[in-house]
Amino acid sequence: MTNTVNAADTGGATGAGAPAGGADLRLESITKRFGDYLAVDDLDLRVPAGRFFALLGPSGCGKTTTLRMIAGLEHPTRGRILIGDEDVTATRAHQRNVNTVFQNYALFPHLSILENVAFGLRRRRVADAEARAREALALVELDHLSARRPAQLSGGQQQRVALARAVVNRPHVLLLDEPLGALDMKLRRQMQTELKTIQHEVGLTFIHVTHDQEEAMTMADTVAVMNAGRIEQIGPPEELYDLPRTAFVANFLGKSNLFTAQVSGSTGDWLELGFGPHLTRLPAARAVQSNGQVIAGIRPEKIVAVRPGEPGPGEHGWTKVSGGRVLSTSYTGVSTEYTVDVPGAGEFEVFSQNLRSEVFAEGAEVDLWWDERNVFGLPGDSDTEAGVEEV
Amino acid sequence: MRKFDLSRWFIPVFGGLAFVYLLVPIAYIFVFSFNDAGRTNLSWRGFTLSNWQNPCGAPQVCEAFVNSLQVGVIATVVATVLGTLLAFGLERYRFRFSGTANILVFLPLATPEVVLGASLLSQFLNLGVELGMTTTIISHIMFCMSFVVVTIRARIASLDPKLEEAAADLYASGPMTFWKVTFPLLVPGIVAAALLSFAMSFDDFIVANFNSGPFTTFPQFIYVAATRGIPAEANVIGSGMFLAAIALVLGAQLWRYWRGKRVSAVG
Ligand SMILES: Nc1ncnc2c1ncn2[C@@H]1O[C@H](COP(=O)(O)OP(=O)(O)OP(=O)(O)O)[C@@H](O)[C@H]1O
Ligand SMILES: [Mg+2]
Repeated sequence: MTNTVNAADTGGATGAGAPAGGADLRLESITKRFGDYLAVDDLDLRVPAGRFFALLGPSGCGKTTTLRMIAGLEHPTRGRILIGDEDVTATRAHQRNVNTVFQNYALFPHLSILENVAFGLRRRRVADAEARAREALALVELDHLSARRPAQLSGGQQQRVALARAVVNRPHVLLLDEPLGALDMKLRRQMQTELKTIQHEVGLTFIHVTHDQEEAMTMADTVAVMNAGRIEQIGPPEELYDLPRTAFVANFLGKSNLFTAQVSGSTGDWLELGFGPHLTRLPAARAVQSNGQVIAGIRPEKIVAVRPGEPGPGEHGWTKVSGGRVLSTSYTGVSTEYTVDVPGAGEFEVFSQNLRSEVFAEGAEVDLWWDERNVFGLPGDSDTEAGVEEV
Repeated sequence: MRKFDLSRWFIPVFGGLAFVYLLVPIAYIFVFSFNDAGRTNLSWRGFTLSNWQNPCGAPQVCEAFVNSLQVGVIATVVATVLGTLLAFGLERYRFRFSGTANILVFLPLATPEVVLGASLLSQFLNLGVELGMTTTIISHIMFCMSFVVVTIRARIASLDPKLEEAAADLYASGPMTFWKVTFPLLVPGIVAAALLSFAMSFDDFIVANFNSGPFTTFPQFIYVAATRGIPAEANVIGSGMFLAAIALVLGAQLWRYWRGKRVSAVG
């Protein structure tokens, strides 16, 4: 095998002055087995250059395994990995122009902060390695600590060194494996902003793994929700939240009320649904399945609860479900969260913003209203409990 | 009345006694290196510097000392290099009989030295190898190597595998990863193993006694001399080694202190 086309070499060319920036990343039917265990199952993914891409999923769903295959630390059982136009499936980690920020940072304890950051540059014999390493440290505001050892830094500082050590190489793809997992909430929020800024400045393709949905949604342009080795849905965060296509995504990203309904007919672009004695509608384009039994969904904050008989927030295009009874009330300050039992349809979560001071007590009778444009339809055989967080 | 505080005096007093207990024999050797000894160096006969001025004064004492140094250095270097490689092989690769091999490396450490010495002797005799410096070195390499393997394996096992992955991720090839990350992290363990190997080799009497033939190591020299009376020059050499060891430890401490200071001064 010759080394002429390997990724590290093209990276060297980038380092020599070609415009920095990410490259497209494509995974084609990537499968990874550990013995009998299927960790990643026939995964297809395309991340355009320069994107901030988040891979979101519960623990053990195969996120780290996927990253490790992109980095070359693990080899797929089947499938291809392409960076730019180049098939890197058979190359090894040190030959790929990809860098990782490891979950526990993995800084070299025997090297100074500066030498940690310069490590990748020195391996590729970049001429002004030290100067560039200092620049990268300045980017993460740690240039004053360059002579220290990793053990002499705080967790947040170590995290930033790990980031500088990866970013300084201007890789085509930068992988971040829960880089903020070990930090406390405040530092986490602060680092999220910094990461986003740095990504903006350097323009690299970032692939950020996390199981924190808020982190994924606030930081990424594109989010892929992963479950049990497969990708459930990919899209911009707003789209994933607004129009989940599987019950897992509906429950894992935020909360959803999912209920079984029958498609009773259609008028124009709308599907008519019956659930228990009640009726609602949804745009046909928002339904994965358009006949027979479906699972309909509506987000809790999209439901408005009013006293029985009082006018709802709208007339045309609104569904009214009457006869609800409040089972529990939980006042959080900004909003009040109700669980409402609707005879014949089940329980609904309702998040009500505290615009007025009225709070319904437990046992109160309410009518529920929602805008039919917010309803989404899932396949009738979905597991309505999939992706519900057990707390 | 003040409460009787046990820990206040207990630790200093018993700590002090333990130190005295450990250091008295060494102090004795040191003091008697200045004894104006005649044939035997057992009773105090007056102070002199002549032993220190001419440590090789007594017949053969320096020859034995140099012999032991040579054996120690060669055995340590060979045992450390081979032992480190072996430790890597056993720790990083799974092969047929690797379980058996794991137990076999422990054997020389677990075998009583007399048995080891005697069986090595019969081996050399059967192979027709002439006893001497070479056979002494071979025997020492054997038991030192077991020791090196065991110590360094523990270090390798405790290395964070993520560090090597991080190196590979940062464009270091396999050999580069070894030289830039794995090896530097193992150096303290390797140095410790080498120092202890040297100490074990220098200290060995039993195995050498079986296998050295006409060749005489320092412990053998002392042992034989003890029947006639140990010359004060042996005390000089013993004290000198003790002082050298202390200087080494102090030097290492100072170096670490200095390095720590420099880092925090810049940082
Ligand atoms: N080397 C391995 N050998 C066997 N099984 C493995 C190996 N690595 C991972 N797995 C299994 O593959 C599955 C996916 O692991 P992975 O580390 O990718 O999960 P993850 O999504 O990163 O989870 P987390 O959020 O907890 O880090 C897990 O069930 C894990 O037990
Ligand atoms: Mg993981």
